[in-house]
Amino acid sequence: MERYYQPEIETASREQIRAWQDERLVKQVKHVWDNVPYYRKKMEDAGVCPEDIKGVDDIRKLPFVTKADLREGYPYGLLAEDLKNCVRIQSTSGTTGKRVVAFYTQHDIDLWEDCCARAITAAGGTNEDVCQVSYGYGLFTGGPGLNGGSHKVGCLTIPTSSGNTERQIMFIRDLNTTILCCTPSYAAYLGETMKEMGLSPEEIPLKAGIFGAEAWSEAMRQDIQKTMGIKAYDIYGLTELSGPGVAFECSAQTGMHINEDHFIAEVIDPDTLEPVPDGTYGELVFTAITKEAFPLIRYRTRDIVKLSHEPCPCGRTHVKMSKPRGRSDDMLIIRGVNVFPSQIETVLLNKGYPANYQIVVDRVNNTDTLDVQVEMTPEMFTDNMGEIAARQKDIVDGLKSMLGLKAKVSLVAPKSIVRSEGKAVRVIDKRKI
Amino acid sequence: MSVKQISVFLENRPGALCEMTKVLADEAIDMRAFSLAETSEFGIARILVKDVYKAVTVLKDADYITSVSEAVAVAIPDVPGGLHSVIKAVADAGINLEYMYCFLGGKSGKAFLVCKVADVAAAESALSAKGAVLVEQDELAEL
Ligand SMILES: [Zn+2]
Repeated sequence: MERYYQPEIETASREQIRAWQDERLVKQVKHVWDNVPYYRKKMEDAGVCPEDIKGVDDIRKLPFVTKADLREGYPYGLLAEDLKNCVRIQSTSGTTGKRVVAFYTQHDIDLWEDCCARAITAAGGTNEDVCQVSYGYGLFTGGPGLNGGSHKVGCLTIPTSSGNTERQIMFIRDLNTTILCCTPSYAAYLGETMKEMGLSPEEIPLKAGIFGAEAWSEAMRQDIQKTMGIKAYDIYGLTELSGPGVAFECSAQTGMHINEDHFIAEVIDPDTLEPVPDGTYGELVFTAITKEAFPLIRYRTRDIVKLSHEPCPCGRTHVKMSKPRGRSDDMLIIRGVNVFPSQIETVLLNKGYPANYQIVVDRVNNTDTLDVQVEMTPEMFTDNMGEIAARQKDIVDGLKSMLGLKAKVSLVAPKSIVRSEGKAVRVIDKRKI
Repeated sequence: MSVKQISVFLENRPGALCEMTKVLADEAIDMRAFSLAETSEFGIARILVKDVYKAVTVLKDADYITSVSEAVAVAIPDVPGGLHSVIKAVADAGINLEYMYCFLGGKSGKAFLVCKVADVAAAESALSAKGAVLVEQDELAEL
């Protein structure tokens, strides 16, 4: 029997969801117009006022918000509530550019924790479970979000935070943790460690894991599920929108249900900014319709996903999004085909090569060229030219079937791919130079 | 009886070969034989040296990828048809020649042939049977 945290919302009719969205969007647009001069200016520049927005059908009249707006507005520029009504901030890690600081009223935190509680319940969690939250606590939203959700479900919550693997495993074994929340890479590491300790999946009390905050593949899911004998669920969120729980996976494991009573999702072509149909990959755009302190309107996430409105066997009626397949910032359009560096990386890793590569895109005689440079490794090198050429062709074929494009594969000397600050430069687009 | 050949991966771009020969020159590695095979994409330099260990270490330190394999080295009789007699001996034994290259002995002034074959022992016994003079790794410095 599928369990829901808020069944009347999670299984509401599409008409009901639409009615909530219409009503809440109108209210939210009025709220930002009245309280955020930055939004009012943006809307005025776009020639739109609150009266023009009567429901979701009008959402496309509203201007987009991007990360650049958040940077420009730092720290209070997009705040929509009096500071005395705010009780918390959370912040992004700030790996690119300035940090984003998001504000929360108590009501915002309440709704965010509800979203996380829906995710934990969808993973089978009840008040009989022991939920270990091994996401970082602090400015990062992972720990606080799942911690709050776990409380709402009534699980015994173990706030281990990240790190100290020995202690993590000790608690899992001594307190019979049944649900683990952490990043997928840390889950894989914990699983490997327990395996090395000689623990079989049957000896590990865990039954489910909620893993998010970074990209992970289906292959990685299968590995984690096998090593720990659990079911591994994906969860999606952004600090800008609240944190984890914007979308979460159900028992069907075929995409994440977006909490549409709180967020309106659009998927657009990142170049034309036009909507794309269900099943087509495009950039995910969110409008937070219930947030008070930091309500983003048509926020371009840069995540590339596709949506599905197909009925889900779990009974939830909210739209499902695929795992993000890449960031629109990284997307290249080569001979009209969308190419993500992550796809090229997958081909190399699947063929057993390390992901030491660089993509050089150029335009020769008005045709785009794609040159994938792969660093030669001792394992790949032989004295036999034919054999090396065959391996090269194998990569070309792999890229062809993944991308639908003929790429040139160049084998380059070890350590020849330029690294700046230890991070390899993956893409050189000469068409832009 | 065979020699140890070092193969080095090279990018096919101007200067790639020169950079490698500089590494060897700087470390005073004395090459007895050198050959370069290339496609439009990459190249493999094949060299014979007296001190294989030293040469490989020097190249690895300079981030080159290398592999060492056995090859047959044989003196080419200094008579018309000399090369043919060597190649025929290998062919008659049904041995497939993957590639080959020639070099001159600095001291003797004689010509030598390096043959890359799958079965080194078989090639060597076929050549010995025909009276060919085979070269050993230890003899490389004295040629
Ligand atoms: Zn579902």
